Amino acid sequence: MRDVEQKMKERAAELLRSGEAARVVGWKKGEFYFDPSPATFETEEELGEFVYNGFCGSNLSKYLIAVSKKPGKTAIFLKPCDTYSFNELVKEHRVAREKVYVIGIECQGKLDIDKIRAKGVTGVMEAEEAGDKVEVTSLYGKTSIAREEILLEKCLCCKGKKHMVADETIILHEMPETKNNRFSGVEKLERMTPDERFAFWKAELSKCIRCNACRNVCPACSCVKCVFDNPASGIAAKANDTEFEEQMFHIIRAFHVAGRCTDCGECSRVCPQHIPLHLLNRKFIKDMDTLYGDFQAGETAEGKTPLTEYTEGDAEPGEAVKPEGQHA
Amino acid sequence: MQDVTTNAHTPNIVAFCCNWCSYAGADLAGSSRLSYPANVKIIRVPCSCRVNPMFVLKAFQRGADGVILCGCHPGDCHYVTGNYYTRRRMALLFSFLNYLGIEKERTRVEWVSAAEGARFSAVMNDFVKTVAALGENKRLTDLRCKEDPENA
Amino acid sequence: MQRIGVFICWCGSNIAATVDVEKVAEVIRSEPGVVYSANYQYMCSENGQQLIKNAIREHNLTAVVIGSCSPRMHEATFRKAAEAAGLNPYMVEIANIREHCSWIHKDREEATEKAVILVRTAIAKVNLDAPLQAGESPVVKRALVIGGGIAGIQAALDIAEAGFEVDIVEKNPTIGGRMAQLDKTFPTLDCSACILTPKMVDCAQNEKIDILSYSEVEEVKGFVGNFSVKIRKKARYVDETKCTGCKVCMEKCPSRKGLNEFNMNLNNRTAIYIPFAQAIPNVAVIDPEQCIKLKTGKCGICQKFCGVGAIDYTMKDEFIERQYGAIVVATGFRPIKLDNFNEYGYADNKDVITSLELERLMNAAGPTDGVLLRPSDGKHPKVITFIQCVGSRDTSGCGKPYCSKICCMYTAKHAMLIREKYPDTEVHVFYIDVRTPGKNYDEFYRRAVEQYGVDYIKGMVGKVYNENGTLMVQGSNLIDNTQVTIPSDLVVLATAIEPEPSVRRIATLLTASIDTNNFLTESHAKLRPVESPTAGVYLAGVCQGPKDIPETVSQASACAAKVIGLLVKDKLKTNPCIAHPDEMMCNGCSQCANVCAYGAITYVEKEFRLGGGKTEVRRVASVNPAVCQGCGACTVTCPSGAMDLSGFSSKQIMSEVEAICKM
Repeated sequence: MRDVEQKMKERAAELLRSGEAARVVGWKKGEFYFDPSPATFETEEELGEFVYNGFCGSNLSKYLIAVSKKPGKTAIFLKPCDTYSFNELVKEHRVAREKVYVIGIECQGKLDIDKIRAKGVTGVMEAEEAGDKVEVTSLYGKTSIAREEILLEKCLCCKGKKHMVADETIILHEMPETKNNRFSGVEKLERMTPDERFAFWKAELSKCIRCNACRNVCPACSCVKCVFDNPASGIAAKANDTEFEEQMFHIIRAFHVAGRCTDCGECSRVCPQHIPLHLLNRKFIKDMDTLYGDFQAGETAEGKTPLTEYTEGDAEPGEAVKPEGQHA
Repeated sequence: MQDVTTNAHTPNIVAFCCNWCSYAGADLAGSSRLSYPANVKIIRVPCSCRVNPMFVLKAFQRGADGVILCGCHPGDCHYVTGNYYTRRRMALLFSFLNYLGIEKERTRVEWVSAAEGARFSAVMNDFVKTVAALGENKRLTDLRCKEDPENA
Repeated sequence: MQRIGVFICWCGSNIAATVDVEKVAEVIRSEPGVVYSANYQYMCSENGQQLIKNAIREHNLTAVVIGSCSPRMHEATFRKAAEAAGLNPYMVEIANIREHCSWIHKDREEATEKAVILVRTAIAKVNLDAPLQAGESPVVKRALVIGGGIAGIQAALDIAEAGFEVDIVEKNPTIGGRMAQLDKTFPTLDCSACILTPKMVDCAQNEKIDILSYSEVEEVKGFVGNFSVKIRKKARYVDETKCTGCKVCMEKCPSRKGLNEFNMNLNNRTAIYIPFAQAIPNVAVIDPEQCIKLKTGKCGICQKFCGVGAIDYTMKDEFIERQYGAIVVATGFRPIKLDNFNEYGYADNKDVITSLELERLMNAAGPTDGVLLRPSDGKHPKVITFIQCVGSRDTSGCGKPYCSKICCMYTAKHAMLIREKYPDTEVHVFYIDVRTPGKNYDEFYRRAVEQYGVDYIKGMVGKVYNENGTLMVQGSNLIDNTQVTIPSDLVVLATAIEPEPSVRRIATLLTASIDTNNFLTESHAKLRPVESPTAGVYLAGVCQGPKDIPETVSQASACAAKVIGLLVKDKLKTNPCIAHPDEMMCNGCSQCANVCAYGAITYVEKEFRLGGGKTEVRRVASVNPAVCQGCGACTVTCPSGAMDLSGFSSKQIMSEVEAICKM
């Protein structure tokens, strides 16, 4: 990955030097090796802080809403899955395509620091991919861990290694595919009784502290003003007073992004309470696929979503909810 | 009516009816004196597609035990395509609520034309009976609203 | 806070017998915002309305709730009354305590309790009502008729007669449509051309009518009263203003192998041609696919012989843009393709023909000069078998599920005319049902059977096959329960009709809705049968559903009446209960436009102040008040809740929900 990082850095420097891009959106060093943070680089000097490693899981596309409005072109590094979100933003006119220079970058699947810690490895200083292993260097020595065991949840259900949109790509190594059934979690819940499901979600959603991290990170949650911040909506609330409001917030949020959610998994990744929020979005995705045909948001930058389309023979709402034990 | 008196709990039902079909169907049920329980209250909307999932959730939050949407039959929408969108939205919403463990029988969409007074009455009787059998909606009720009704 | 007046109607005993109206009025009096509460025997009566008006004035009411019958009954009445007393008519809400309460509940206590809740719900809504003003939009006093068949011709003539300008856009080189191809018309058997051509001439001569033949609608923008339409005038290669219709070019043209569409391809025509003798405009046109000069650059004979110099091989398609207040769609029909019906042997046997082909074979201006000769060998057919319902009432998926409506009558007409002209000819008709509702229609059919001795056989035909030059029609006779095979010289298929396929594109351009069979949808099947759900668009003829000439003409005239009714107005009042975006919250994401059936939503770039002297240009939705019909589909699609609906705002519906659920 170091060679990729080097190449990206060089390319970013070139773009800034030549003036082709007024700024570059990428990642910069955090306090630790495993917490790089999204950043905008406007000068070559600033690029000294630039990093790209196994912990650069964050989806940068949403930053473009604000950044690309500035004068000049913005270059951005997007992993294959991030390009879906980029397409959605272009589709919804939140980002002007011509204002952005997209550099599709290599991705070997991003790592989950919590999963590494769970393996008893702390003080991580470096992690280098080596085939299906990751060589983790910590304060206490070197460990080799199977890649699949420490990937982020979203990377276990990788949408593929193809960039949906890119003006150029930086790919130096072959990218391994991880092919998991992304609906297995949803299916497991569907097999439960309503009581069990309710208990599950009550336990999960009651952890919510309404920090809005899921909303803030979500590329589909790009509203100028969120409906939950709008007193005229009748559902505005700053914090959850009641259990109901947790549910209300998450139901409405999932409904609002249905058909627009690319399943980028950022909501679950950033949730400080570790609520499996992706299981909400994936339920909508699974139902839409089943009822209206396979649809992947962000595959293109145009067209309608399953919720802004219809056919005359669509399933009736009563039919759409299948009896217990059966998959919808 | 008699169908539900056996159950101790009288469910509170909110019915969203499209102005052009179902609301008129309810009017016809009225002029034909076709009864259904008084705990069904109708809100008039221009089209079933005006019904936001937020309204459905709000109703449950405020203590409704069942929510039913009625619109024109698919293909007969006064606004050409409105009910097609309703059908998709509600199919997904209801499936989702079911996924969260909210009894799916509490939500329903029915297509009732202006000529179907008898059907309107039958649908409401059946829905009330179904929801009554489930008992009170506890899962989506905002307890705060119940404790202090004046505050609601 | 509003100053609300509540008026509870007894409706005689209709409400009062089950609902304790006095109690309702009493309980409601203590609701926040209510400053006046009354009950009266008949609120809709003169006196009742006066009561409301007086209360509005005396108590300075800002909003009114009426507990009465359905708003579908008297909302307009009460709004007018409120307006007369100086209140905005949209500050009136109705609690339906009759149809939705007193009439369906027997228990007085229960009904009274429900009535109170319904009135409270209306109060909750009225509290959030805002005065609304109906907008106005100007009307362009000119109509467009798409399609120049009998429907379009009739509509145009009627509209022009009322003094309005009207353009007919016809995609073919001449107006006249299908009716021009017919020989005789049922049930009176008058000659089709004799009754149609005078109307065509009237169109041409009417100063108010502009015929844009050989033209197609390219683009439609705008809305009722104010459509802007781009029309493509296809290159004719003949100057319409110069051509005299002398036909010398047709005599001289060496390219004579083109299929004559007007004669259903039964004979040939030249590359430069006038479709038929009475064509309007009576001007030649060059078929670019067939013309030697246009294809190879060599020839130019017609130009040489044209006495007026009308031929111009360099002509290009032209575009014109015009404004219209109303649009009539009259795009007509065609017989279906018979590819799915091999059993009738249409593709393999020249003597298996469609009814429309028979019309041409019997027409004096047709390929046989009106002498009935069969296509294969030009001999007189002695036995003719008609097969009805070919592709109609077909649920197999091969044909059309609907009844084409005209076939029973024209088959009877054909049978009758043949027996009249050639009495030695044997005529058989296979039918499923004979459907002849209509004035003098059943009498007409009975004449065919009783007077002309046409052999009607109830039963379907299984197959038609050629045996040594004779067409063997094998079918069942359901009355005798026998299988029959009729050796025939000519077989005529009563082919189903379908909307002219170009209507699909027209429907998209007009955002007019269309059904699975490609028929345009009317606004209401019974009560608004000639209006499309898209305001300002009207439907005439078969584009809306199968129909015969008298029905088509009636519908066209009905369309004209509707168009005239629209065009006499200088301005249109628009429904104020429409969608409107809160620009501060709008993301410009286009989701709302994606679900708008009317194309009412567009986007504009607007500059917003951000504070600190900074501004930002954002893309925001803009609703055209003249086009929006107020369904609310957009409001739910909008993720930020920026889009709301006046009269049915989200907050209002939420407050109604709360009022109902309050316990």
